Amino acid sequence: MRNYLLSPKFLRSALPGASLVILLMAIFYTQPRAMSYFGLNLMLQYTVPIALATIAQMFILTVNDLDLSIGPFVGLTACIGATLLNTDPVFGVLALLACIAVYAGLGALIHWRNLPSIVVTLGMSFVWLGVAVLILPTPGGTAPAWIKAVMGFKPTLQLFGYNVIPPFPIIAAAVIAVVVHIGLMRSSYGVVLRGAGGNPRAIARAGWSMLKIKVTMFALAGLFGVLAGLSLIGLTSAADAHIADRYTLYSIAGVILGGGEFVGGRVSPTGAVIGAMTLTLAGSFLIFLRISPDWQVGAQGAILILVLALRALINWREAR
Amino acid sequence: MQTANGKIVSLEGVAKSFGAVRALAGVDLAVGAGECLGRVGHNGAGKSTLMHALAGTLVPDEGKIVASGEDRTASYNVTLAHQLGIRCVFQELSLCPNLTVAENARIFHPNLKGWGWRRRAGSMIIGKLDEIFPGHGIADDDVVGDLSIGKRQMVEIARAFTVTDEPLHLVILDEPTSSLDSVTAGQLLNFVRKLVTENRSCILISHLLGEILDYCDRVVVMRDGEVVAERPAGDFDRDSLVAAMGDVTDEQKIEAHERIEKKRGEMPVVIRARPQTSDGAQELVAHKGEIVGLAGLAGHGQTRMLLQIYAAAAKRTTDTEVDGPVALVAGDRQTDGIFHLWSIGENVNVRSLRNMVRGLLIEPAREDALANEWKDRIKIKTPNMANNILSLSGGNQQKALFARALGSDAEIVLMDDPMRGVDVGTKLEVYDLIRQEAEGGRTFLWYTTEMDELSNCDHIYVFRNGRIVAELSRNELTEEKVLQSSFEEAAAS
Repeated sequence: MRNYLLSPKFLRSALPGASLVILLMAIFYTQPRAMSYFGLNLMLQYTVPIALATIAQMFILTVNDLDLSIGPFVGLTACIGATLLNTDPVFGVLALLACIAVYAGLGALIHWRNLPSIVVTLGMSFVWLGVAVLILPTPGGTAPAWIKAVMGFKPTLQLFGYNVIPPFPIIAAAVIAVVVHIGLMRSSYGVVLRGAGGNPRAIARAGWSMLKIKVTMFALAGLFGVLAGLSLIGLTSAADAHIADRYTLYSIAGVILGGGEFVGGRVSPTGAVIGAMTLTLAGSFLIFLRISPDWQVGAQGAILILVLALRALINWREAR
Repeated sequence: MQTANGKIVSLEGVAKSFGAVRALAGVDLAVGAGECLGRVGHNGAGKSTLMHALAGTLVPDEGKIVASGEDRTASYNVTLAHQLGIRCVFQELSLCPNLTVAENARIFHPNLKGWGWRRRAGSMIIGKLDEIFPGHGIADDDVVGDLSIGKRQMVEIARAFTVTDEPLHLVILDEPTSSLDSVTAGQLLNFVRKLVTENRSCILISHLLGEILDYCDRVVVMRDGEVVAERPAGDFDRDSLVAAMGDVTDEQKIEAHERIEKKRGEMPVVIRARPQTSDGAQELVAHKGEIVGLAGLAGHGQTRMLLQIYAAAAKRTTDTEVDGPVALVAGDRQTDGIFHLWSIGENVNVRSLRNMVRGLLIEPAREDALANEWKDRIKIKTPNMANNILSLSGGNQQKALFARALGSDAEIVLMDDPMRGVDVGTKLEVYDLIRQEAEGGRTFLWYTTEMDELSNCDHIYVFRNGRIVAELSRNELTEEKVLQSSFEEAAAS
């Protein structure tokens, strides 16, 4: 048992969760009042859109590509959600479906022409941003009431004076993690999708269509990008073309923090969700430490480097 | 599935070219039910290409594929091959390292899905592993990337023999024992024999002639993309098989080489290197003005040796001594050799730029002079050296790479199988040039997989598994000797 707990395999899988727990403890230590239903709800509320965007990025990373456009894409879907979807729901839904279709098309294009995904998605990030600015030139719009209702959902059940149901962001994050875990890690087609990241030639030789796999993965990324945009306006109730620009880097960092790797199809949906939570909490933690917002991005980077250094240490120990 | 004549699949006049290289030149091959067919030949003889054609992973340029009595040429692909019960174990592993053993089995079987697929896949693959390799020590939830290379190969082999709803008639094994130890290799070969008695078939591609002779019913020998001999295995012995694979040695140049051989030891030693993979093993020694050949099967440490020497030229290490500037002629010219966006002249000059600098700038006049000198000396077929390198044919691109090395100040030239895919005329021109340069005092280290090219060398080292296993002088060089050293393991068993 002790050997298992010290094995690199276990340490590696435990690292994302351990980082989150340590961060939570540090927060509770510096700001004990955060240790409440209300405090957790407030600190974690932005977890949901970031976790969804991180999952979107994870689908792309699974097939050895990288999506540099997910942030502006989430921004665009937020703008559509706060304008078209509110005023003309049918048209709004069609517009969001069209966004997913374009994402799927990008996957096909990248596979057909053997293009580097970084270049394609970097180019598309400007397209998404441009369209978002056209739809919503100035910050504003109104989120549909039903989205706000979903995001503001507060299930309560008191036992002995305590809320026994955890805050909504935690439930939502758990649901996202479980659903994607079943779909990608446990289902029989999910295995093929991940295999396409591990050894694309072997997958093609076994008779699977790499085109179909790439299209599936990019379409899924598009779907989760749309969900991220909608959940975001559910929290902010208005939108802005630049609302999610930071999400591109957050999503990549979240996947990597959660134990995913850039190549080789090694990803973990639970890890990615935990990574997204860690990143959101890191922001709150830095505020509690009264670090000026100017330094926050750098401090988040420092946390990322720390966790990755630990992982490198585990891998190095394994290699020896 | 079988037709009246008992053939599972037959190829008729199958041909395939990769650019200028003719990998298959009209091959006929038929596999009957319940037979184990051995296939041997040198590197580049077309064995693997033929297997890819059978597996459906490669579409031949010409020829017919007949399976279960029907012409399937038009629609032949991987999926159809699977449906017809034809499976392959490829030389380069085709497992996904990020998946578990059971998940890799699932990849292979499209219909392995639905509730409980993971358990079914796991018990299927472990059951087959138990059957072929008793005592394998592999669990169905092991991640493939964590397994040793030998275990990975066992998983891959076992996977090819698992059956769900599609039939299993023919399994093609390409060098299946290359990563297996002798015990597991024996287990596999015995399993293959058992399979054959169940009226299933197997194609065994191997460099280990002992395996072929002991376990196959019929042997097909390939050379230069053609089938050169096809006989029952009992009609071959080791020597006749090697002879069928081999080439007639060229007797003419031996005298000239012998002259140099006599001088060996009189000239100063410029390279002394020991393969890093094996301590205390035989070392490689090259004298000034010598052409030293590095022989053996592809990928047995020759390239690593060259790179080790190349690295040692910059920074001396204890196990490698190099005396003089070094240049390397890359074998894979598209990835390691040419700069695609540069002109021919720039590609030739890049190794010598340091000598063309005046002040801080490169002198264009000197650049042009060197480029044009080598255009004439090595006969690069271009109207203008300022044209893009890609305007040249493959052979001429390779000449430009030779010009890069020979035009530099290097006294030692390392060649990493540089003649791959080069036409015969170019080869002969370059051979002469190498000979001239060697007489001028340059030393050449020449890794080649082609027997003909070894005959241009003065002294030959044979590599196997990263070690030097034999050292031959030019007049000792015969194809049999090189092959026997390359296959020493089989000879010993």
